[in-house]
Amino acid sequence: MKIIVVGCGRVGAAIIAQLSREGHDISVIDVNSSVVTDISNNYDVMGLVGNGASHALQVEAGIETADLLIAATDSDELNLLCCLIAKKAGGCSTIARVRSPIYNEEIGFLKGELGLSLTVNPEYAAATEIARVLRVPSAVHIETFAKGRAEIVKVRIPKGSVLDGCSLAQIRGKVGTEVLISTVERGDDVEIPNGAFVLKEGDMISVVASRANSRDFLERIGLPSKRVRDCMIIGGGKIAFYLAQQLIESRIRVKIIERDRDRCEELSEQLPKATILHAEAANRDILREEGITDCESFVTLTGMDEENVFLSMFAQNVSKAKVITKVDRMGFDDIIKRLELGTVIHPKNITADNIVRYVRAMQNSIGSNVESLYKIIDDKVEALEFLIQKDSPVIGIPLSQLKVKPGILIACVSRQGRIMIPNGNTTILEGDSVIVVTTHLGFGDIRDILIR
Amino acid sequence: MNYSIIRKILGVVTQFIGAFLLLPAVCGLCYGEKQCIVYFVLAVVYFVIGRLIAMRKIKDQAFYAREGFVVVGLSWIVLSVLGAIPLVITKDIPNFTNALFETVSGFTTTGSSILENVEGLSHTGLFWRSFTHWVGGMGVIVFILAFLPMTSGYNMNLMRAESPGPTVGKLVPKVKETAKILYMIYFGITVSELILLVIARMPLFDALCIAFGSAGTGGFGVKNSSCADYSMLQQGIITVFILMFGVNFNAYFYILRRKAGEVLKMSEVKAYFGVVAFAVITITINIRGMFPSVFQAFHHAAFQVGSIITTTGFATQDFDQWPQYSRALLVGIMFIGACAGSTGGGMKVSRVLIMFKTVYREIRKYLHPRAVTNVTMDGKTLDRSTLHSVSVYLSTYMFIFVFSMMAITMVESLDLETVFTSVACTFNNIGPGLSKVGPTCNFNMMKPFTKYILMFDMLAGRLELYPMLMLFTPSVWKKGF
Repeated sequence: MKIIVVGCGRVGAAIIAQLSREGHDISVIDVNSSVVTDISNNYDVMGLVGNGASHALQVEAGIETADLLIAATDSDELNLLCCLIAKKAGGCSTIARVRSPIYNEEIGFLKGELGLSLTVNPEYAAATEIARVLRVPSAVHIETFAKGRAEIVKVRIPKGSVLDGCSLAQIRGKVGTEVLISTVERGDDVEIPNGAFVLKEGDMISVVASRANSRDFLERIGLPSKRVRDCMIIGGGKIAFYLAQQLIESRIRVKIIERDRDRCEELSEQLPKATILHAEAANRDILREEGITDCESFVTLTGMDEENVFLSMFAQNVSKAKVITKVDRMGFDDIIKRLELGTVIHPKNITADNIVRYVRAMQNSIGSNVESLYKIIDDKVEALEFLIQKDSPVIGIPLSQLKVKPGILIACVSRQGRIMIPNGNTTILEGDSVIVVTTHLGFGDIRDILIR
Repeated sequence: MNYSIIRKILGVVTQFIGAFLLLPAVCGLCYGEKQCIVYFVLAVVYFVIGRLIAMRKIKDQAFYAREGFVVVGLSWIVLSVLGAIPLVITKDIPNFTNALFETVSGFTTTGSSILENVEGLSHTGLFWRSFTHWVGGMGVIVFILAFLPMTSGYNMNLMRAESPGPTVGKLVPKVKETAKILYMIYFGITVSELILLVIARMPLFDALCIAFGSAGTGGFGVKNSSCADYSMLQQGIITVFILMFGVNFNAYFYILRRKAGEVLKMSEVKAYFGVVAFAVITITINIRGMFPSVFQAFHHAAFQVGSIITTTGFATQDFDQWPQYSRALLVGIMFIGACAGSTGGGMKVSRVLIMFKTVYREIRKYLHPRAVTNVTMDGKTLDRSTLHSVSVYLSTYMFIFVFSMMAITMVESLDLETVFTSVACTFNNIGPGLSKVGPTCNFNMMKPFTKYILMFDMLAGRLELYPMLMLFTPSVWKKGF
């Protein structure tokens, strides 16, 4: 597909990285020529320097034949204008990054009136993901599928758990809950395990189950699944605002520490139920005074990765709180992974995943589309949800007889609101939602899982 | 330095040379010459060796600008050496240095020859010699990029190292597609020239070789007299086509996209034709007395100017015998060269244009010390780093030029005019110079040392200096830092 990306800040770059890996024809527009040079050196894309909202420049980038324009500059207004002009000039689909809380409230109106295909709000998406994890603090990550009925929960097997030394085939008997272990990460290795695979303590497992079952499963393997009751947030940016909003709604007490006085005033106006503290967070006395040792969760959301990492490590040391760290910079994730930082959130990646999912769905506008996409392990394993349409080749054949490529696991079938973990006799019907876990990247349709 | 990926690409290059050798082999088969066997055998040998080298797994995919430069520099050396071997084995050019000189001259589209008697070569050898022009014109790496599945985003580093011009842009988002489009245009124009020449009653073999020579702006002919024996019509066709191959290929891309208006806005193309028109008119006036009619004077002036400015190097006249003004002007336009993004060599019109504009800006700065000024091209402000690199390019160019001249005068007892123009015409990838290296002479009388210096100049000129200089920078080869 021909895609134009306006703005290559960190979000733009993450999008470009993913889309160019999937083989699209990408033109990039940014005002900063050094950024453009950098991007076009590292990825196979065409770079143009200038204002992305200029019609002439969009034409030069090929708007007339483009399928999609993604506006991901810093400015919401510019993004909306870019999309508006692209819509008029080329009639292509448009995706805008809109992140101001004010526009976020009116997003439905904006989308409809400006003809946007999708809006993305990295801050909001990140906040939602954090809130989800805080509801089940023992999980490292949680992703929901099938309209929230099914979940993929990523957890580390704790010390002395029943799962230690247990093979997958035995799990049902030992734990007694219907779940499916889709992937196991041990050290640097990633595996889609079979029944004979023996788990060990310290393994990171991704469990597919219905919502109720996943909670039950966590309890039984010795992990608390109760949601947290309070949360200390460091840094009062947009993510903090969206997160606080969501947490307060679920009656979790929120404390935000922000160093900018004016921002504190703003937040306290917008979030009357939260405690807003004007203080320098990188001060252990202040943190102790405000109860870091007793809080149940601790989220670092400052604009500086270093500070986030630093504070999270401190929190891990002095308290038993669930720690969540925001990391923007992508280059060092392998090292970050080795640190004790609890859950690490990459807001840019969440957005890029959203866009990639949309693009894949666009590519196969007929057939059984990708409903949701979740990268279980970056660049290695994806979980995809497909909505099965009429005439799909997978319908009506028991799974054991379906000729499926290696490295694919059909993890879950959702039929009329009921979540099933499939076995060899299960057949897929029209209207089902199917979750597929795979090491092949880039699937756009359920047909792709079959051997041709 | 990532040696494994360099080795792999060199392996691929070797395979491609093997494939290229099949064409002259087929040509030799048509003429029933024994030489074709050598070409067939070598093609297979190269292919197998290349395949073996390229097969080994690469540990690290990382590929940065330095690897790009080094790979391109090495590829061209490998290309030349492997290309020279068949000429030596078939005894067309028994001396290895001479054969290497001939292939370097071929691949870099220079067209300087060491052959006393071109017509004494086998058809196979002649075909191969001219075909190297065609391959070298657009570039081997670009060819490989167009037809090889290489997915990494670092391909641009390769393309940049091989493509001429101060800045390298893509026509379409993907390197592979861009390379394909370039080769399509290149192939299309070459075939049209071939057809027109055949219609104008040139023998097919001559037409093929001349088409290859003009497409790559090379200049190897198949006759001792270069192009002098062809009819006026045939020479006219060649003139038009060599001028076309000197134009930035972006212009043809615009025409293909039905945006011919954009071409008229390209200041480089305008400047290029401006210089050509000026040179043709003044030379016509200057040499008027030597020809029976104004038209003939114009015809020969146009051919020679086109041939020199696009750095082709065909000749219909011994322009060494022309009046001083014409000789001087021809040497002058040797340095300007063709447009960036064409197959021609030289300093490139766009660079000269940028240098002029920079000089003008400097003068304005002296007039108004506080003025904030920009250099623009096609309505776009040029990056400071681009301006800087153009100036540095000129300095580097001068250094290499002067060093080469010094080195040659140390070993040769030739007059300065010969030495100067022999460096100028090899460094700018033209072919014939003046005096003892004029259109009717050749480079055979030079010592091997001189030939190697000139070979370096040809490669440096074709690859825009830096890839060749990188090869001689010790720190490039060190591991780690």
